[in-house]
Amino acid sequence: MLQAEHYPSTEASKSTKILHQLAHGRAGDKGERLNVGLFAYDPDHYATLLEQVTEERVLALFAHRGASRVRRYLLPNLAGMNFVIDDVLQGGVNGALNLDGHGKTLSFLLLSLEVNV
Amino acid sequence: MSFLLGSGAGFSGDRTDAAVAVVAELIKRQQPSALVFETLGERTLAAAHRAMRDDPESGFEPLLDELLAPVLRDCLDHNIKILGNFGAANPTGACQVIADLATQLGREQVRIAQVHGDDIRQQLHSLDLQRWEAERLTMPGDEALISANVYLGAKALTEALAMQADVVVTGRVADPALFLAPLMHHFGWRWDDWDRLACGMMAGHLAECGAQVSGGYFADPGYKDVPGLATVGYPIIEVEQDGSLVITKPANTGGCVTEQTVKEQLLYEVHDPANYLTPDVTVDISQAEVRQLSPNRVAVTGIRGKPAPERLKTTICYEGGWQGEAEISYAGPNALARAQLAAQVLRERLVFRAPAELRTRLDIIGLASVFDSDSGELQRNSLPSNSGDYRLRLAAEHSERRWVARATQELLALYCAGPAGGGGVRRQFQRRVFTASYLVKRSDIHAYASLFETHVMGNNRSDRYVAS
Repeated sequence: MLQAEHYPSTEASKSTKILHQLAHGRAGDKGERLNVGLFAYDPDHYATLLEQVTEERVLALFAHRGASRVRRYLLPNLAGMNFVIDDVLQGGVNGALNLDGHGKTLSFLLLSLEVNV
Repeated sequence: MSFLLGSGAGFSGDRTDAAVAVVAELIKRQQPSALVFETLGERTLAAAHRAMRDDPESGFEPLLDELLAPVLRDCLDHNIKILGNFGAANPTGACQVIADLATQLGREQVRIAQVHGDDIRQQLHSLDLQRWEAERLTMPGDEALISANVYLGAKALTEALAMQADVVVTGRVADPALFLAPLMHHFGWRWDDWDRLACGMMAGHLAECGAQVSGGYFADPGYKDVPGLATVGYPIIEVEQDGSLVITKPANTGGCVTEQTVKEQLLYEVHDPANYLTPDVTVDISQAEVRQLSPNRVAVTGIRGKPAPERLKTTICYEGGWQGEAEISYAGPNALARAQLAAQVLRERLVFRAPAELRTRLDIIGLASVFDSDSGELQRNSLPSNSGDYRLRLAAEHSERRWVARATQELLALYCAGPAGGGGVRRQFQRRVFTASYLVKRSDIHAYASLFETHVMGNNRSDRYVAS
């Protein structure tokens, strides 16, 4: 349902996938701040995540929700990364009119990001 | 020999039969153990305070007897310590319920301890409060104050265990501290043994949401399959004297404990993984590793600790006005066009039927809802099938209930005055809670434990447990 986010293909041999095929994740909230833990199923894909699932792209993905800042913390031993996204909850549990005021479903918004593998 | 930490519930509203399999496993293992119930979300406490205003005998976890009745006797008979923040706004009331329940079970000698000191409403104006950095909202005045509670650490809970309590009842404590306390009591770790404290806190962090580490909140069919989700086993954490951890679950339960389930929970609600702040220790999981030892057994290593933060987190809850929601469904041929027309009708009517400061949001469930913004950007840009099964949802917020009622009434009126074929209207109202987080000086907070003096059970109270 989301419009496909355009991501330029740098190599013709690579194929476009959505992150959901390569990684799993879980979202949690504190106030106006959302975190999403993201983990590569296959550690060999961790480099792809590092290269393509950047703070800039995640900020763009959540821009329509008012995201103001994204920080990415790396957990190489877990083939994982933790995204902390500010001001994306449109009031959070305090003020959100969204059905999901906690943003718990938003892990799957991140997993809808396109990546080239 | 390891100490076993079992989880009986991970939030208020969790399964009330989950602890049974956990306790059966703890008994079978014949090791020192504790069973922890974490039932106090950030806003659950505000709901508890509101409930207590209406009924002074409420204000604790509403399902307390349903949670404890199936396991209390077994825990008392096998020296499995029970700890829970199910005291909420009224730990004394919770103690009385537990005492009554134990008496019904023929265990009137039960020792119940209560933790005090988290409720700081009376001291609020004499405290040095610092605003939590993640928050920017302007908060209401004192007249709207509902509750103010500090997230206590594990110390007062270990005092309670030192009093040989069988059951420890708390209000607000840091969730993982409920798990750290029995470890501190059992192993006698020093309060500045940061690495071990960090391991104990992370054991709690991993277990505090119940099944979220053992296959709950994880299944994604075809990608992450979970067997037996309907009977998912709640976690048991094996902790050694040196702080090493193994996450597992009871035999003959559904769910799974894998490296993936543990990783997801390890980062749940964590921000900077190198500085996870808790009242008793600052935890560094940036170098943590997980390793599957055997089916449903995962070890977590590489957890490090640093000195505890100078200040403790405090959450203050205020009255936050009203929210109302109403929904109507449209399905079949041209359903989307009818739902969109209904949304347009509401937009036009709310302009003159509701005050300008009323905040509203319209979702078309089936097209775009939870991912969308309040302004409906995804809804406008989606390219769905016109035929389908859509549900128009209106949410409205105002300080006065009447305007929320008026706005949602407009959705109800779509029944007769809106597009063709609308049905399945529902409406509900909620009082909202505003929360604000602050940091208080550790030295300003005085937490302690006391043993509950059991009162003789009155006839009128005993009726409550007949059903359970």
